[in-house]
Formats: sequence, structure tokens, C-alpha cells
Amino acid sequence: MTGENLAITVRGLTKVFGDRTVVDRFDMDVPRGAIYGFLGPNGSGKTTTIRMMCGLLTPDGGSGECLGFDILTEAHRIKENVGYMTQRFSLYEDLTIRENLDFIARMYRMKDRRAKVHAALDRLGLQDRARQLAGTLSGGWKQRLSLACCMLHDPQLLLLDEPTAGVDPKARRDFWDEIRGLSAAGVTVLVSTHYMDEAIQCDALAYIAYGKKLISGPATEIPAMIGLTTWRVEGPDISTLEADLRKTPGVEQVARFGSVLHVSGRDSDALDRVVAEQKARKTHHWEREKGGLEEAFIYLMADATDNFISIGKGAP
Amino acid sequence: MRFSFARLGAVLFKEFVQMRRDRVTFAMMIGIPIMQLMLFGFAINSDPKHMPTLVEMADEGPIARSILIGMQTSDYFQFVGVVTSQTEGDRALRDGTASFVVVIPPRFERDVLRGLRPAILLSADAADPAAASGAVGAISGIVETAIAQTMTGALRNPGAAPQPFSVTVHKQYNPEGKTSTNIVPGLLAIILSMTMVMITAVAIVRETEKGTMEALIATPVRPLEVMLGKITPYVFVGYVQTLVFLLAARVLFDVPFIGSKLAFFAGFNLFILVNLALGFLISTVTKSQMQAMQVSFFTLLPSILLSGFMFPFAGMPGWAQVIGSAIPVTHFLRITRKVMLKGADFQDIASDMIAMTLIMIVIVAVALKRYRQTLD
Repeated sequence: MTGENLAITVRGLTKVFGDRTVVDRFDMDVPRGAIYGFLGPNGSGKTTTIRMMCGLLTPDGGSGECLGFDILTEAHRIKENVGYMTQRFSLYEDLTIRENLDFIARMYRMKDRRAKVHAALDRLGLQDRARQLAGTLSGGWKQRLSLACCMLHDPQLLLLDEPTAGVDPKARRDFWDEIRGLSAAGVTVLVSTHYMDEAIQCDALAYIAYGKKLISGPATEIPAMIGLTTWRVEGPDISTLEADLRKTPGVEQVARFGSVLHVSGRDSDALDRVVAEQKARKTHHWEREKGGLEEAFIYLMADATDNFISIGKGAP
Repeated sequence: MRFSFARLGAVLFKEFVQMRRDRVTFAMMIGIPIMQLMLFGFAINSDPKHMPTLVEMADEGPIARSILIGMQTSDYFQFVGVVTSQTEGDRALRDGTASFVVVIPPRFERDVLRGLRPAILLSADAADPAAASGAVGAISGIVETAIAQTMTGALRNPGAAPQPFSVTVHKQYNPEGKTSTNIVPGLLAIILSMTMVMITAVAIVRETEKGTMEALIATPVRPLEVMLGKITPYVFVGYVQTLVFLLAARVLFDVPFIGSKLAFFAGFNLFILVNLALGFLISTVTKSQMQAMQVSFFTLLPSILLSGFMFPFAGMPGWAQVIGSAIPVTHFLRITRKVMLKGADFQDIASDMIAMTLIMIVIVAVALKRYRQTLD
């Protein structure tokens, strides 16, 4: 199970806070070198799971390995080889950019500390602002600085907990460019996110809700796993059609992309009947849509109400 | 993975840099001792003088006038006016325009000469017993002296007049009866406790509140390195505060330091450790800097009121003394007063050192237990 090719492998991971089971018998395999997306609504247990994987939290049940180290007994070895970027900006706002980098470098007891910090500043392009207080950076820059701090000790595995929450779209794109670059260099990345456009960039995915994993697998296979059939509709007065379709049995999801509708359902026969009926009217152009990863995510996220509200109800 | 001094050093360095950047807190750490010393040292006075006093004179003979002059020069009384009836005097006492009313009875001079020992009435506003006691204690002496001085020559009649005498009060350790001599050493205990406990608690909770603690413990750093690295800088702050304080006490208030400096140093270090442990404990039970601040203030009040700083410890009821004995300030306060004012040595402060050690053991035990829980 340890597998040379698996960066993370956990089985039956469970964490209980008080009388709440926050993570419930969670299994996950993250292949080395992959960008692995970790999806799920707020409060679904993503952060807790990540913390257990890198040895910050002791699981109440289950076992696993991270980079070949036991998550229960070798937490310190994991910490030395993993870069963990927390959800909130967790660097010192009252230290300068350089001081932050330097402090982290000293925590890892790096030999060529000055050179590493210098190189990191170069990569960030912050050499001339090295003496600026970290607290005065914009949201996007703070994220990039956090990432640079996580990468300072050249970890083989990056754990990113909603790294782009509250960051503007341009900064998010830049951030993902960096992640893809790191992945290309051989770093395994586990990233939790809310954003569909980010999920699409991942090689493999897991979806968690109410502490339970609902689905996981390579991104290309997820739509088939959900079993969603999707049709693409174009034509006049699309809004009226959208409203009608939402009320039609057999149609589980209508997603609008500009002037185009994506109509999906898991029962392909029922959906086919609806489509046949609509086609007979000859008002709109209907066409079978391939792939359907986006629809799959919209489908998953549709139930993604905040899990804080109805904790204990179990998976939806 | 072993303890790393390199990492400890890094945490220490970071802590000092942050301390320097946080100008307000830094100013507070140095400013508080001086400010409080000025405030309490000069403002608190349990032997108050110049109390507003009214006079009701039914006899204006030379003896009566001499008594009044004697009272005025004693500094306890400051005459602010004359009243003509008892109701008028009572009203002044009630509304606070006067703290004392002196009534010289009619035919006072004649009765004195006849040896009838007439009574001078001193009505005091004794709502604050401490405020009145000094003046009340002084009045009879003043009167006797005044009478004796006035009745000279032919008027001196050994049979009729009372013998002039003076009461000797021997005030030990504080011969001038200066409150500041007693307050200032105690103040050191209060100020150290206040800044040490609060600043430690806040500095630790700040890491948790701002989320930096999570990133910190995600690195290979060990909890002990973090704790030592965060607490040690404040030991230095305590040293600086004490030094500033002792200098100010010397220069501004002329408070002596006659005891063993080594004994003081030992007691002082133990006291700092107890306070840091207490601050650490508070940080494990609070979630935000605001909470930490509030809990610190909560511990401060009993330190001021039940430690013997404000009120004599022996005067408190038994249960209050029990509570007071559990407060570190109580013991350090005794150490400072014993050493600075009474010239105490190690063996004189042994009981206080033992008490502080016990308190420390309890605090550390609870704090470590709490700390383990909060890690998860």
C-alpha cells in the first residue's frame, strides 16, 4: 500500500470533536506528482483531514502514510518534508518579508539560509520590497509569500488549504500557474478549494461532505462516476426555456453558460424523452455534450450548503 | 528529533523584533512602571494631611486661639471657615465640605483656669477611617501642648492645670510615617505582576488568534522551543522594569534598600517565573487577545486588594487571608518590604519563597495539562 508512487495514502481516518464526527472513515490515495483537488463545502472536514495528514492533529481512528512516514508516529518527519499552507494568512504581519522567510528557514534549520531566502525573494520578484512589513501586502501577494515560505525547504509534498480564498481572479490565475510549475517540477500538490475553475485544473479529485468522502478519482473519470448525461441547448428566448426545464421531471440540473444551456440528469432515458419532446418543437438546437466535467462539479456543488448548519444529519 | 537551540534562537529573535515593532506595547512596558510609580507613590497617602476643618468658637480667649494655631501648624487640619451652630457643622460634615469640626465650648478659658478640664469637641467625618485616624490621633497632643504653652507665668497653677506632656510615637522602619515608603516596594510587585502576566498571555494568544501558531507548528519546531522562545524575552523585560523601578524609587521617593540584594534577586526571579507561568496558563484557557487581557485584569484585582498592598493583611478576615496567601503578589510584596525596608536576609524570606514555589508548581501543572489538550 505504501507504494513508491503514492505521496499520501490514508485509510479510515476519523476525527471527533466533542460529539461531532468531523471526519468519518476517510480514505484517500494521492499519487506522487499529481495535483490533487480536495473539494467540499465549508465545514465539511477538509481542513481537519489535511491537518491529520501532516501530523498537526492526531486522528481518533484510522491510519495512513504521508511520503512513506506514518502519520501517527512520524509527524516530525512529515513536517520536515511537507509544505503546509494554512487557510488564513499565517505569517507574521509585523515582520518584514525577508524576516518572515528567514524565520521559516531557521525553523527548518537550513544550511544555506541566506542564499535560499535570497533566491526566494528573486523568484517572488520582491527583492526591492524585502524590508516591507508582510502585513502591508495585498491579498494576492500575501498568498504568494505564504507559498514561497512553504516551498523554502523544497518539500516533496505541498498541502494547500483553500489557498486562493478571497484573492482576485488575476492573482488566482498567477497562483495556479505557480502550482502547475511546481507540479511539473515533480512536487505533489494537494489543494482544497471551493472554485470550480480550480477543480478543473486538477489531475484527480476527492469530494467530501459532512466528513464523509462522497466520490474520488481521476478528474476525467468523475463525470462517468456520477453518471451525468448532458445536452447542450441553443436558441431564442433561452431564459423561458431554462425556467421550464427546471420544472421538468428527469432534468436534474440546468446550468447556463452565456446564451447556452447545459441540461443534465443521471437517468439518461428520462432525459432522452425530455429532449425528444423538446426537439419535436424545433424551436431550439439540441446537441449531446461530451466530457461534462463542469456539469459534474456543478452537480456536486449544488448540494454544497454550508455543512455547519446541519451537522450530524449525515451525508445528503 | 532533539531540542534545537538554533530554532529556539530563531523564535527568540523573532519575538524581540516583534516586541520592538509593537511600539505601543513596548512603550507600555517601560512607561507603565514609571507612570504607576508616580501615580501611586505620590497620590496614595494613608496618612492624609490638610483636612478641611471648620471651627465653632464659643470662646475666643488666648488659649483657644493657641489651640487652633497648634492644630493648623500640625498640618493635619486646614481651617476653611467658622460655623455658629451645631446643625451648620453637621451639614458641612455630611456634604463633605469639611472633614472635621472643632467646637470650643463657652467659658472654655475660664474652665481651664479653674482646672475643670473642659472638653473640646472634635467631630470627624469618619467614613474613611484611614483618612481620619491620623488627625484624630494627633488632636489630644496638640491641645495639651497648646494649653501648656499658653498658661505661663502667673497662670501656671500646678494644682489646677494638667501637666504638660507629650506622647511619643515610635514608628519603626518608617520613622517619618511616609506612605510612599510602604507603597513603593509593594508597587513593584503589582507592576511586575500586571505586565508580566498580561504581556505573556497576550503574546502567546496572539499567535493562536492570528493563525500564525498553526503555520509555526507545521514546521519541525518543538513546543518547548516555542514556549521558551516566547517567554524568555519577557524575563528580560521584567529585569528592565525592575531596574527602572528601583532607580526611580531611590531617586524620587528616597526609599531605602537595606537588605540582602542576593535574597531580593532570588525572590524576584522566582516571582517573574511564577508570573510567566500564570500568563502561560491564561493563554491556554483563552482564545483571543481580548479575553487574555480581561482574564489578566481579573487576576490583578485580588493581587491589589487581598495581597496586603492596599490594606493591612493582618486586618483581613481569615478566609480572605487564605485567598490572599494563594496570590503570588502577597509573597513577593512581603519579600520586597522585608528586604528593602527591614534589611531581611535569605532566612527571613524563606517562608515566602516556599509559598511562591508551591504556587508555581500548581500553576505549571495545570498549564501543562491544559497545553497538551489545546494542541489537539
